[in-house]
Amino acid sequence: MKETGTTTVKRGMAQMQKGGVIMDVANVEQAKIAENAGAVAVMALERVPSDIRAAGGVARMSDPAMIKAIMAAVTIPVMAKVRIGHIAEARILEAIGVDYIDESEVLTPADDNYHINKNDYKVPFVCGCRDLGEALRRIGEGASMMRTKGEPGTGNIIEAVRHMEKVNEQIGHVKVADPDQLMTISRDLKAPYELVKQVHDLGKLPVVNFAAGGVSTPADAALMMNLGADGIFVGSGIFKSENPAKFAKAIVTATAHPTDYALIAKVSEHLGKPMKGIDISTLTEDQKMADRGI
Amino acid sequence: MKIGVLALQGAASEHLDILTACGVTARPVKEQPDLTGLDGLVIPGGESTTMRKLLVREQLLSPIKALVQQGFPIFGTCAGLVLLAQPESLDGLNGTVVRNGFGRQRESFETALTVKGWSKPYHGIFIRAPYLSEVNQPAEALVTLTDGQIVAAQQGNVLVTSFHPELTLDKRFHQYFIDQMVAKRSDQVS
Repeated sequence: MKETGTTTVKRGMAQMQKGGVIMDVANVEQAKIAENAGAVAVMALERVPSDIRAAGGVARMSDPAMIKAIMAAVTIPVMAKVRIGHIAEARILEAIGVDYIDESEVLTPADDNYHINKNDYKVPFVCGCRDLGEALRRIGEGASMMRTKGEPGTGNIIEAVRHMEKVNEQIGHVKVADPDQLMTISRDLKAPYELVKQVHDLGKLPVVNFAAGGVSTPADAALMMNLGADGIFVGSGIFKSENPAKFAKAIVTATAHPTDYALIAKVSEHLGKPMKGIDISTLTEDQKMADRGI
Repeated sequence: MKIGVLALQGAASEHLDILTACGVTARPVKEQPDLTGLDGLVIPGGESTTMRKLLVREQLLSPIKALVQQGFPIFGTCAGLVLLAQPESLDGLNGTVVRNGFGRQRESFETALTVKGWSKPYHGIFIRAPYLSEVNQPAEALVTLTDGQIVAAQQGNVLVTSFHPELTLDKRFHQYFIDQMVAKRSDQVS
């Protein structure tokens, strides 16, 4: 008897992505560039986060035809995004067979009360988090993979750093806490007790945690890996740079060898201009994607 | 006894943990010098396309291929099976590999497996897994599914599985690799 859609195969798929780079791509040509550079997966979406910021309006799930064309063009896994809480978009992506669904704050939220009950799906989900409580709520809903949110489309690493440090600092706190304190920690984090207990016992999240939202250079990728990320999502950083193929390959190398600084120096030479980037302090509250769906 | 785990990308830490639980010294392999002094090598699950590109970039493909030809013990799971079965990659097993043979992630599955010569079933975890449509002498199938797909095989000191023993707590495949391949070869060499 074959059993599909189990927690083990959904979380296991993310474990196979560790040490790798998942790249946002907007068409078949970009997907092929990403695959050739050594991406472990591509995220198919019509507009990368910096373009979503620029365009304004409502950002929705991408055209299924565009996602299917990318699925046909590459052999690596293909992920795609749905709006937070949009169960119909999620079922549509499941129906076309994407390998991972990102319930993402980059798109305009569809529900400001509830996230999707991700346990109900055969396809695994990745969700964003800014702290441990948020991560454990999403895992409680069935997320099989986490990524720290950062601030998408800014090309600015500071929010990704803040979120990764926060999650890891809180994990460290839970790990050394007395078992008698775990219920109070669960209350304070607004996180399920069983998952707090699991983090206490394991000393880490029960799922893989990548870094996202602001990675735009090989050095940024190495920084996030050194802060404890299991891998890297790059959104606008590659295809908004001057030389996408070179940037993509260099970021893959830096992610695989995050402490080999001589090598990272070598691959960082003559890359050309990275994406322009935005100072976070210039964003108004409603321009911050990380505060959506917490 | 020292066993390396290729750690360019994928589920390397899971293999390091289970090897350590088997009582051997396990260490990650990221560049050529890391291959020195090893008695065996594990190639983990991950993205085979990515792993192959990194092997070429790090100039590790040829040295590992040379080790395979010398009869060095190598255990490949999932992406590791793909690389060991591809003639253009590591060329360690005489068979035909079908990548993502069971379909996309939605079709990933778990199932009980019957392993040739083992009395108790083994729990197989298949994630976008490959399979071997055929193996030819001197390769030998160890696990064949009811519809004919070969999901574990051996050829001399090369052991491959389509599924992920590193995601279970069952040490039997790793122990088999250690006892039947790594330990025996160490005895011969010394």
